[in-house]
Amino acid sequence: MSGAPADASTVIIGAGIVGNGLAWHLAQLGETGIVLVDKGPLPNPGGSTGHASNFLFPFEHSRMMLSLTADSVVQYKALGVFTESGGIEVARTETRMQELRRKVSTARAWGVDCHLLSPEDIKKLVPYVNDELIVGGLSFPTTGVVDSLRAGTIMRERAQAIGALEVVGNVEVQGIDVVDGRVRAVRTDTGTIRTERVVVCCGVWSPRIARMAGAHIPLTPAVHQMVSVGPIGLFAGTEGEISYPIIRDVDTFMYERQHGADMEVGSYAHRPILVEPDDIPSIAESALSPTEMPFTSEDFDPQLADALDLMPELLGDEAAGVRYAINGLISLTPDGHPILGPSPEVGGLWSAAASWIKEAPGIARAVAEWMVAGRPELDVHEADLARFHPHQRTRAHVASRAREAFNKTYGIVHPSEQWVEGRGARRSPVHARTEALGAVYFETAGWERPQWYASNEALVDRYAERIVTRPAEWDARWYSPIVEAEHLAMRDGAGLVDLGAFCVFDVSGPGALAALERIAVARLDVPVGRVVYTPFLDEAGGMRADLTVMRLGTSSFRVVTGAGVGMLDRQWLLDHLDRDGSAQLADVTSGWATIGLWGPRARDVLSAVCAEDLSHAGFPYGTCRVIEVGDSEVLASRISYVGELGWELYVPAEAATALWDRLAGAGAPHGLVPVGIGVYGTTARIEKGYRSFGHDLTPEYTLCEAGLERRAVKHTDFVGRTAHLAERSRPPAARLCTLALDYTGTDPGSRRYPLGQEAILTEDGEPLVDAKGRRSYVTSAGAGPSVGSHLLLAYLPPSASVTGTRLVVECMGERYPVRVVVEGNGAVFDPTNQRMRS
Amino acid sequence: MILAFLEHDAGTPTQLGAETIGFAGALADRLDQALEVVAVGPEAEKAAAAAAPPAEVVHLGLGGLGTYAPRAWAHVLADVAGAGGAVAVVAPGSERGNEVMAHLAAMTDLPLATNCVALDPVAEAGPAGGDGPWRLTRNRWAGSLLEDAELDPGQGRPRLLTVALGARPPGAGRQPVGAPAIRPAGTVADDTDLAVAVGDVVQPEGSGVSLTDARVIVSGGRGVGGEDGFALLEQLASLLGGAVGCSRVVTSEGWRPHRDQVGQTGTRVSPELYIACGISGAIQHMVGCKGAKRILAINTDPDAPIMGKADYAVLGDLHDVLPAIVAELRRARGAAD
Amino acid sequence: MRVLVGIKRVPAVGGRIVLSADGTAIDTRFLGSTTGPHEECAVEEAVRLVAARGGESVVVTLGPPESEEQLRYALSIGIDRAVLLETAGQEVGPRATAAELVGAIRDLEGNGGPFDLVMFGNEAPDSGDFQVGVRVAEALARPCVTGVKALEVGDGEVVARRDGGRGMEIYRVATPAVVTVREGLNLPRYPSLPGRLGAKRKPLERRTVEPGADGLRSVGLRLPDPDGRGAVSLGSGAEAAPAVVELLDELGLLAR
Repeated sequence: MSGAPADASTVIIGAGIVGNGLAWHLAQLGETGIVLVDKGPLPNPGGSTGHASNFLFPFEHSRMMLSLTADSVVQYKALGVFTESGGIEVARTETRMQELRRKVSTARAWGVDCHLLSPEDIKKLVPYVNDELIVGGLSFPTTGVVDSLRAGTIMRERAQAIGALEVVGNVEVQGIDVVDGRVRAVRTDTGTIRTERVVVCCGVWSPRIARMAGAHIPLTPAVHQMVSVGPIGLFAGTEGEISYPIIRDVDTFMYERQHGADMEVGSYAHRPILVEPDDIPSIAESALSPTEMPFTSEDFDPQLADALDLMPELLGDEAAGVRYAINGLISLTPDGHPILGPSPEVGGLWSAAASWIKEAPGIARAVAEWMVAGRPELDVHEADLARFHPHQRTRAHVASRAREAFNKTYGIVHPSEQWVEGRGARRSPVHARTEALGAVYFETAGWERPQWYASNEALVDRYAERIVTRPAEWDARWYSPIVEAEHLAMRDGAGLVDLGAFCVFDVSGPGALAALERIAVARLDVPVGRVVYTPFLDEAGGMRADLTVMRLGTSSFRVVTGAGVGMLDRQWLLDHLDRDGSAQLADVTSGWATIGLWGPRARDVLSAVCAEDLSHAGFPYGTCRVIEVGDSEVLASRISYVGELGWELYVPAEAATALWDRLAGAGAPHGLVPVGIGVYGTTARIEKGYRSFGHDLTPEYTLCEAGLERRAVKHTDFVGRTAHLAERSRPPAARLCTLALDYTGTDPGSRRYPLGQEAILTEDGEPLVDAKGRRSYVTSAGAGPSVGSHLLLAYLPPSASVTGTRLVVECMGERYPVRVVVEGNGAVFDPTNQRMRS
Repeated sequence: MILAFLEHDAGTPTQLGAETIGFAGALADRLDQALEVVAVGPEAEKAAAAAAPPAEVVHLGLGGLGTYAPRAWAHVLADVAGAGGAVAVVAPGSERGNEVMAHLAAMTDLPLATNCVALDPVAEAGPAGGDGPWRLTRNRWAGSLLEDAELDPGQGRPRLLTVALGARPPGAGRQPVGAPAIRPAGTVADDTDLAVAVGDVVQPEGSGVSLTDARVIVSGGRGVGGEDGFALLEQLASLLGGAVGCSRVVTSEGWRPHRDQVGQTGTRVSPELYIACGISGAIQHMVGCKGAKRILAINTDPDAPIMGKADYAVLGDLHDVLPAIVAELRRARGAAD
Repeated sequence: MRVLVGIKRVPAVGGRIVLSADGTAIDTRFLGSTTGPHEECAVEEAVRLVAARGGESVVVTLGPPESEEQLRYALSIGIDRAVLLETAGQEVGPRATAAELVGAIRDLEGNGGPFDLVMFGNEAPDSGDFQVGVRVAEALARPCVTGVKALEVGDGEVVARRDGGRGMEIYRVATPAVVTVREGLNLPRYPSLPGRLGAKRKPLERRTVEPGADGLRSVGLRLPDPDGRGAVSLGSGAEAAPAVVELLDELGLLAR
């Protein structure tokens, strides 16, 4: 047993597939002095890599996960450890077939090879499947299996071979020394390693290791049961590890995968079994390995009948026995995404955790690039460790979400599906009011946000002729026609929106202006009282954020952003403020409530409770100032995300209810109605062509492609300026356009309403591929009640981004005609913005 | 009186048999009791002479019974213990010793503590070992775990226990009290006693050195990888004139016959050198090979339990190491030749 | 023929035993439960005998309610039905265990006829008492062969073999009889999936028992002193070969 070295440029803790991959990628990027430690023996130290079933389906509904998997397949192939087997998701029900068709559409958009199969087709490929039980299936021919232990070994040894890496097995990390908020050393049972950078690649042990540094990695170990049945007579004559496609019996949440003479049967159907990170046994205490817990047959046996039904002869073979059965530990996170990147809590501490085998090499590469270049090539912001709000890091939250998500692993999850457990973590100060109005709440970052209000039910009748009835249950799920009624009522009168979930950061200090100028694309050296919308770019010109900044004083600014990305934006700001303390960021989210008031009658409503000059001249668009509303001082900001005259009203949390009541009372004569986020976030904003970060705006597309470039680039240097200038000199490879479904002359009962991620194709059904190889798909979708169309946003190559171009959208296996209604950035509703500026 | 059962093999006391006499003697000394010994079979007298127990009396039973019949043997112990008012009956914790004592316990419906490694009979001792429970320590999991237990008094009947190899005697050894009186036990085995008795003894198939006799054992575990992998072990064992052993996982996988298994449910071995190849060292295995004078572990996993329990370790894959040893061995021998 | 098999639920210990805080039991938080290897062979043998000769196999255990898991496992291998003599989970000594088993066997035989063969493992892997089978046989006045490694069942008799110091000892006893068997008797099968499913539907009878005192009481467990020998490294990989041969030479094992 060799001891730990005294110094390291980077200490990677954990020699599973992620840690080994990270070592290799760091080495490839020129890093040296890397030390990889693991408490277990190599090559299989006893983590989850060692018991993984090691198969990779190429498709995910998450574009990030799909991209990471695709990169991983490339890497596994290059390492020579990938065997293509094919994979088939079988459907036992028509509902599942619809889900498979939904996958086909997104897969086509993202360039994943797949095709639907009939039961007979499946029987030909997998003769042991009971085709009477299934109604069809979806084949992913590029599915394969890998030898993840071998892959890890190769990458580790390569990094060693070029002298970049020292590997120390059988060394247990006992502490991480943190001084002044930064990592200084890793203490092990064989000595202390001085280092400025530590990467936690510890899978299920990650929370425990992070806690040594006083930080969080919010994941939980959970059990995934797997049994191995053999020897299977049919497999006796087959060569190698796998000769038949892997079957995902998704309706029963199970899979069956040949492994040599055996069939591995895995399940996500059993009750969620979470394990406390501190309760994972040591290597010595484990019967098999620490992550192969004793099998609990009572949890698995109920699923056996399903497996037998699907493969009666093969699995029913009396001569084949259950030779191996484990409760394997895997990592689950609150949102199902990995946990990557630098810790917002401790400087120099990084995480590369909660990875499946299928993403691991991709994750390793992304994190290595992030560490070396400051930015991964792939957009992994959804996996950023900094994304978690404080309550999301609690054990209770992690456990609750993991428990609920486990059985959805193979589930049919609607894009708007809401969590049942762990709700009510954060409530707006006016929650009691919105609740009394029958708000139906959707959750964002723990906030309960009214999506629509039952109290507006009557409006549906009033606007019946302009409201679309969605005939398909899927399209109507997690939706209400009330959203469209609220939309129309706002556009006719006024709407009151609870925006309590906004993240509000005050940036102040003598260096505040200079710092923000360096971060923002837009000029922030504006008169006090101006409100500026601005994107943030990274050095490569990719979009990192879009938000608004109010200049409240010469050296004080208020930054407002959405809750979903709020923590990431906060981190981006913190990372780019000067370390000299000349600018300070205060997160004042909890201190302020935000109420939106918009609509043609908004000025009338506000004037009824405010004596100040609210005229267009007296309070111009794009400005903010403190006004008196009754006995409250309210910071009013005249901007709009819904395309109407009105204000965002910032009020101290304790005064929010009083303000809400005043506005609601004053609004009654003006047709003021409460309006939910369904309008604010989707229908009204999509009619205006406003882009949503994370959907329409990602680092994958540039500012110009999104149509958000300014007429001129400010002279002050800012992050990404060079890249942006270069980009401006070229015509964009794609442009984000607004499209409308064209249902004239079609049967209303057969109409489908895309919800996002569907493929946009030419009228001939050919994919639209831009010069950068990206395929067009729906980035946002929503009703446009004021324009009488269902609207879609999509990046289109130049040939198609021309108003009037006819294309099709593929939705659930069918194609529907669409028309480009706005090329580039612009609004299909009130294109000249008369309403906002009146 | 303390009654001890003398186990012997054709007149030669077994090692454990001799240790048991010592243990019983110490107990007698401790409690100031007489020591009597029972030996059975045609060569019982020879065994008694060889053992020279520090006993007052040696009872010879079943001199005419040339075969093993556990209940008949127990019958002798029951008769002698009953007649002499034994305070305790002590037998070796061997296969036969335990079996005979189980019969005695069953016949008398007395509790029986098997495989004791320590005994404290004076906890609440009065005359003759007292009315209170005796504290004892016995093996569980074949010695991987120790159990402290209490053995109740037998209401004027003896306490029954068997003794594990290497047990700590409950006191100083007993000095000989002169040549013991030799008496026939007088027990006549009845049909029930003889219903179970060894008929024939046949030699098992299989040739070569047996595990129990081998001076070197080359033993393989999961790391061997399969039936074919044992050719390497066979080769080395054959060069060393040793035997091949294996761990339980190997017999469960059907790679080797069970008779090759070393461990709690296999064979306990005591070679000069035990070469453990690709064996992790689960406790059930270690109890089978802990009798080895020396253990050499060859394993890829420096953290495997066996690496901590071996005398010598080679870190590496047995598929690389064994051929190298074979080659080196041939080279060394070639040089010697 | 009718065969009864007695089994015992024990922790599936592996690398290192960890005791509970009060030192009275093994910490089983990370351990599954199992039956001993000897008993697995007994179960397998019973299934084979009944498959070959017809009749019924029954498995019985005395233990906590969770012992159902081990009974179901036996049922999944092919045993026909199970009886759980359910305790509150306390440690029950071998004498008390045998007494309860005898009562249960008499009762079962009263309803279904005598068992031609009652089988146990040679000794429980945990307590290693070596006596339950013999006690049951004595109480039922049946012959008992222990340590059995091979079994042939004929009409009215069984021929059993076991390892003796001088070879395989052959015992010939009349049925009904009791045998305690050792691993190696056969190679137990793994349960098939239909076997596991079928096990759920097979009858399992629970009887609450309150075993009496045994006379031998466990008061605590201890780990023996570690017998680590402090391994001397002879090197890594093939390069260690000369050191190994040198060691063989030192130990006098090189001579042919």
